[in-house]
Amino acid sequence: MDSLINQSRPPMFCPGCSHDRSVRALDRVLENLHAGSADVVIVTDIGCSGLFDVFFSTHAFHGLHGRALTYAAGIKLAQPRLKVVVTMGDGGLGIGGAHLLAACRRNLDLTLLVLNNFNFGMTGGQFSCTTPSDARVTPGFLNCFERPMDVGSVAAAAGAPFVTRCSVHEKDLTDKIQAAIEFEGFSLVDIWGGCPGRYMKRNPASPEYLEARLRELPLLDGPAPNNFRQEYGRRYREYSGSAEFILDTRGIEPRAVRPFSGRRELVFLGAAGERIQSAGALLASAAMHAGLHAAQKNEFNITVLRGPSISEVILSTEAIDYTGIERPDVVAILATEGLDRRKDLIERISPLCLVIRDTSVDMGVHGEKGHVLDVNFKAHGIKKAEKALSALFLLARLGEIVTHEMLEPALSLAYSGVRLESAIDLRDRTADIPLQ
Amino acid sequence: MGLRFIDGNEAIVLGALYAGCRFFSGYPITPASSILEGMVEALPPLGGIAVQGEDEIASIGYCLGASMAGMKAMTATSGPGISLYSENISFALGSEIPIVIVNVMRQGPSTGSATRAADGDIQFMRWGQSGGLPVVVLAPTDAYDCFTLTVHAFNLAERFRCPVFLASNKEIGLTRETVQMDDLERPEVLNRTRHTSGDFLPFAVHAGRDVPDFLPIGGAIPVRQTSSTHGKDGYITVDPEEIQASMERLKRKVESQVDTFTFFDLEQRERSRTLVVAYGATSRAARAACRHLNDRGIPVSLLVLKTIWPVPERLISRTAKENEGRILVIEMNLGQYVSEIQRILCDRKVDFFGKMCGRLISPDEIVREILDG
Repeated sequence: MDSLINQSRPPMFCPGCSHDRSVRALDRVLENLHAGSADVVIVTDIGCSGLFDVFFSTHAFHGLHGRALTYAAGIKLAQPRLKVVVTMGDGGLGIGGAHLLAACRRNLDLTLLVLNNFNFGMTGGQFSCTTPSDARVTPGFLNCFERPMDVGSVAAAAGAPFVTRCSVHEKDLTDKIQAAIEFEGFSLVDIWGGCPGRYMKRNPASPEYLEARLRELPLLDGPAPNNFRQEYGRRYREYSGSAEFILDTRGIEPRAVRPFSGRRELVFLGAAGERIQSAGALLASAAMHAGLHAAQKNEFNITVLRGPSISEVILSTEAIDYTGIERPDVVAILATEGLDRRKDLIERISPLCLVIRDTSVDMGVHGEKGHVLDVNFKAHGIKKAEKALSALFLLARLGEIVTHEMLEPALSLAYSGVRLESAIDLRDRTADIPLQ
Repeated sequence: MGLRFIDGNEAIVLGALYAGCRFFSGYPITPASSILEGMVEALPPLGGIAVQGEDEIASIGYCLGASMAGMKAMTATSGPGISLYSENISFALGSEIPIVIVNVMRQGPSTGSATRAADGDIQFMRWGQSGGLPVVVLAPTDAYDCFTLTVHAFNLAERFRCPVFLASNKEIGLTRETVQMDDLERPEVLNRTRHTSGDFLPFAVHAGRDVPDFLPIGGAIPVRQTSSTHGKDGYITVDPEEIQASMERLKRKVESQVDTFTFFDLEQRERSRTLVVAYGATSRAARAACRHLNDRGIPVSLLVLKTIWPVPERLISRTAKENEGRILVIEMNLGQYVSEIQRILCDRKVDFFGKMCGRLISPDEIVREILDG
């Protein structure tokens, strides 16, 4: 195979730039791997590392600062056959830190070449997350107060199964990059080099200096066996199928008789754990079994099993426009939490509104509103989690908004086995509650 | 023949699958999270890919990579996430990457109220990116629209190679309602035009066309994609004439075609003295209010806009001409889109009524506004 260097745009960096060595090494690796130009995508970051994609005749993707790993992941998931090489500087590494950690944890088969020259070369030599504390860089003293990050150690700690740290001057740079690209999984090569245009004017970055600094750090030379595991893309594909999408148009076939015409608004004011939303959904399902339109929205706190739980259900023989509740026809007040949350609604209860009130709820300042049906659920052995469904059975007994004929198919659709039996048992227990 | 009880977010998932979306990435956020959950459940069995990004920037980044690799991609979030998408939205615009972005709007500003609704991002979706080039924004009113407009959104993203927003709202996304599945309008599914013969230049357009033909990254012919200002060949250009022509093309390719994707409902009443203009969840209260008044012998016309951006100017002008008297724009914010209506109808009396308190505007309030005018 031939070199994949873009003959129409040959590599050009500042004189003495170490990036040139990285470009040549990457080209030799791709040649060694017999890669054709359509077999590879170079995904580049912003800054001098962002020039790399232009210098190759491969697929190329030059995106936003710090986000190269995200595009690379999307490309690799969509085109698993591609060799995906990402080039990023120490600048992109800092701004895109979350993406580096995610790439290490995920272990998708990408190779990240960190072209680490300890400063933001293209923007004037500002300090980056890898600038040594004793370096003299713009914009002044700030880097002295911070500690540089060792990319390799961070990557290894985050789960990268292949991490190499080396100098751009090392003789086996090509071998190191090749081993990274050949590795199936996320691989990172932290390549230290000098930026003659900015950094090296006031700071040392000779091959010997870099070598000496590298020796101060623990050796990272490729495979990190502790982090070995299945490659993400392969695992994802094994998990996936190849079914065709078919829009399932099956649903409820209305059979029951509609007990009313027009619009009815119902509100269940309860507490978390009272199956308020399940009751709302069941009511809607029952209505749909009679060919009614239904709309439901729920309100609850972020806490689980604590706080208010509210369900608003609208049933109508016409299509439902406005989905808010203005003049409720039924309000089931099952817990103080729900009552307190929707005080506004209590004010709007008309004398004709049916209010099913659990006798344990103190209406307080609200007093008695609407046509009240006081129910002592506890005295009838109806538990907290059964009250909302029991209220539905009460409504079915009244038969003006929902009927047993509507509710029964809805129950059979929602529940089976023991749960269906206990729902039917609850219906029978609700039958004893007086409707006055 | 079957009735299903689904919310807007579920309908968007169905619409996306129907439209051929096979890549999804999103970051959890109320009230959009159920789209992420729905896609993660639905896509793998279809051979598609759904991932949860480490943040919103990554989520849209994954989508842009996958879209350039040839897949139809979608992401979903709410206002805070759109803020983080901003830089990548301008990338998708300038570099012509098809993507569908669902914004299930919630009460802002900032963190605001996660479980309360507003339409506070209507101008933000249009202008919240560097460069100011046009995007497409479609606004569903209910679960039916969520399905159909999602299919249209993919079609438009494919047709124009640009970001297309679905401007949903917590009140649509998380309200379950009856859907007669057989009544779902199913637009024909379109795919991006592929380059078929001759030399491939990634941003070249054929004579008489404004959208470049597509080849995927990963195909047999190397493809260049770049966020830098580029020429037809995908390399950086500094030629002012080439740049100007390219920017004008990016604007023209979307804006000149708006008449071909102007989605709306119009309830035109004879002798109406008021034209109500609304979109999204608010339009449903407006419809109830107009119906109430019409039933009582007070004719009121209603224009429900489902294509929000580019502004369907021809539709708005034509409808205004057919309705004498006052124009009342109703929004779940403190007045955003009304400025577009005022711009187009500068010789007319255009009033505004809006609220931004987390709750739906009610039909009663709209009736009062109409009568008080």
